[in-house]
Amino acid sequence: MSQRPFLRLFVTPAVLCALGFAAALAAVMQYSLRAYVPGSLEAGGFTLDNFAALLRPLYARVFLETMWICFLTAFFTLLVGYPLAYALVHARHVALKSAILVIAVTPLFLGEVVRTYSWIVVLGNNGFLNAVLLRLGLIDAPVQFMFTQFGVVTALVHVTLPIMVIMLAAALSHIDRDYERAAASLGAGPIRAFLTITLPLSTPGIIAGVTTAFAWTFSAFATPQLIGGGRVNMISNLVYQLGFASFNFPFAASLSVAGLLLTFAVLGLMRVAAGPLETIRQH
Amino acid sequence: MRSQSLLRLLGGAAVALILGFLLLPGLVVTLAAFNSRAILSFPPESWSWRWFAKAIAYEDFQAGFRNGLIVTACASSIALVVGAAFAFALDRYEFRLKRALETVLLSPLVVPHFTIGLGFLILAAQVGLARGYAVVVACHVVLVLPFVLRSVYISLRNLDPRLELAAASLGAPPRRVLTTITVPLLLPGLVSGWLFAAILSFNEFTASLFVTSQRTQTLPVALYNYVREYADPSMAAVSVIYIVVTATLLILANVFLGLAKVLAVEQPR
Repeated sequence: MSQRPFLRLFVTPAVLCALGFAAALAAVMQYSLRAYVPGSLEAGGFTLDNFAALLRPLYARVFLETMWICFLTAFFTLLVGYPLAYALVHARHVALKSAILVIAVTPLFLGEVVRTYSWIVVLGNNGFLNAVLLRLGLIDAPVQFMFTQFGVVTALVHVTLPIMVIMLAAALSHIDRDYERAAASLGAGPIRAFLTITLPLSTPGIIAGVTTAFAWTFSAFATPQLIGGGRVNMISNLVYQLGFASFNFPFAASLSVAGLLLTFAVLGLMRVAAGPLETIRQH
Repeated sequence: MRSQSLLRLLGGAAVALILGFLLLPGLVVTLAAFNSRAILSFPPESWSWRWFAKAIAYEDFQAGFRNGLIVTACASSIALVVGAAFAFALDRYEFRLKRALETVLLSPLVVPHFTIGLGFLILAAQVGLARGYAVVVACHVVLVLPFVLRSVYISLRNLDPRLELAAASLGAPPRRVLTTITVPLLLPGLVSGWLFAAILSFNEFTASLFVTSQRTQTLPVALYNYVREYADPSMAAVSVIYIVVTATLLILANVFLGLAKVLAVEQPR
């Protein structure tokens, strides 16, 4: 009898999926090296022109803005997500725990368009936030939240919060509660116990959460498109515009490839930078 | 001790604020959906259901809903079979390129959806499959597979292997152990994996925008096109329906499947 029954049967479909995905990514890579033939959907011969064009200030600016938005979003998501994850793990009542969990993860499953539209209703000039501020007499005229980086980042934090909470809560729930009790019994206050015990022990969750939030923000399209309204541009918006407005698929592909490389570089850097924090855990 | 209770109070207030931030768009969009006027205004002066009626009667939404169901049913079921089988192999066997295969299949979590959509669009054009359901389904399978893998893998880890050993020692051949012991015990993980895959596929937008055509456009794509063209609260009505259905499914999943365990935010006991 074979030691690994079903091995071939179970792995083959996964291999097919992986090959399909790899072929799709390879198609992007291949197109990024082809020349654009204006007025045609066909790509021309092989060239490096697309990547040379990426160095133009216009595109460099979009890259910088994208990275900055990703960074801001990841940072604020961590800031907002940590207390929530902590509350989720430490909640004493089952009902409270369930309520926090359902509220925290629902946005994850709503889809980008519905979430973005809801934020337009909140942030618009006739929107909820301005109506409340006007009524309270805090402002005299509607504040422009739409088409600003503030608006885009606010909506994006809402998008990435669920995955951050899931990853942080997973890490926090694996920390033995006895460590904190030991610190407390040795005279550490709750803040000191948190800063010296819980926070360092939750580093894997923080790294996983921040990198995922960063990658998801980079992937966002509807939010910067609709709330940014052309005034806040991310790479995703440029890729779509190049593909479907000018049919310049080769250049869209090279932007995608450059974006992908940049994301991986930033994620790699984050992991390297987090390395020293990781080693604290080993002690 | 007083500083402790103060700290607890502050923490509670912070958590309440954050939950408020999470709930705010949903509550506000609900207000907007029942506003009888076509222009946004807060608080609404009069209430009505008419945007719900208009949204449900809108043909593009109906077509998008139908297309979405077709794509979601195919994609999440394929992803469930592929993902569950592979999760089983990951958990039980060592084989060549295991880690590499796992990395490739989990990478759609970090590869931007617009890149994946663009890739499938170019690929489909090259093999002459553009404009059909096949490319949309293939793209969605790849996108939701990581979630199925994670969900089933966690359930497999929580499974007591002695039950399978007992069945095998009593003479059950591997196939019988699999169908009478393993699969039934995995059922919660399989159902929640399928549910996550279905919800995510039904709501997937960015990649779908690239790979769908006029004929195969899914609901999120139809919604996006609507938001760009019109500003009336029909979209708010659709959002409310979305939020209610999704939250209901998640609450049911939490009651029957234990969401905390499925998402691994709680240690299994």
